[in-house]
Amino acid sequence: MASKNQTKVIAEPGKQELFITREFEAPRELVFKAFTDPDLLPRWLGPCDMTMKIDAMEPNGYWRFVHIDKKGNEYAFHGVTHEEKAPERVIRTFEFEGLPERGHVSMETAIFEALPGDRTRVTVQSVFRSVADRDGMVQSGMEGGVVESHQKLDELLATELQLG
Amino acid sequence: MQTRRDVFQAIADPTRREIINLIAYQSLNLNAIAENFDVSRPAISQHIKILTECGLIVIKKQGRERYCEASLGQLGEVSQWIERYRQLWDRQFSRLDDLLEEMKAKTRKKNKNN
Repeated sequence: MASKNQTKVIAEPGKQELFITREFEAPRELVFKAFTDPDLLPRWLGPCDMTMKIDAMEPNGYWRFVHIDKKGNEYAFHGVTHEEKAPERVIRTFEFEGLPERGHVSMETAIFEALPGDRTRVTVQSVFRSVADRDGMVQSGMEGGVVESHQKLDELLATELQLG
Repeated sequence: MQTRRDVFQAIADPTRREIINLIAYQSLNLNAIAENFDVSRPAISQHIKILTECGLIVIKKQGRERYCEASLGQLGEVSQWIERYRQLWDRQFSRLDDLLEEMKAKTRKKNKNN
């Protein structure tokens, strides 16, 4: 379903942080639950063509998520939850295990704001160790998207070739 | 059909991203680049060929040596990375919208039954 609520990503050039914001047509308690409940997270988090497995998710402790594509390739992320304060905020560390070296960790703070009319605004701030780390994360997060758009382009070209 | 050659193809591979980082501030010849990687020289050579075709590397001859120079003007396209990253999140959030609708419906039902 297309939503009137727009997803915004703010990543100013040369900075070590990025922000993702989005509003939802649901009360804060529900949105917070969807972000923190291990049974609900796999239903929306991760690229559409991958399944998500939660390896660990201790409240105020270690977490590890694995996204698995159709070929069985695994993309794993892990970190530690510093604070989970329902229904206001979650603060945690985040590391993509697929990078060539360890230690490129970012810190994420998700803020859940109650808006009038039982609506909620979510703001996720990610702070990285360096500008390169931030841009690299956006890049690697992109790869699924790139593959997807390549496939779409291929389909489009195939259709046009048939028509031609 | 012609193989796609653009900046996204170029950066889709981690080794190619490493190569770009390596020569971003200084031109290097093939041997100097290959020394930084565990993969074979022909493999690096192939990556450089793709990067050249994508327009991110220009090969310049200096005497008998051929140097790879980064041509990063193309990376302007990369500002689109953020837009695509946004789209990736937007797709996830739209699934979350559906889930929240379902959760809201369940809450309403529960309240009604109480």
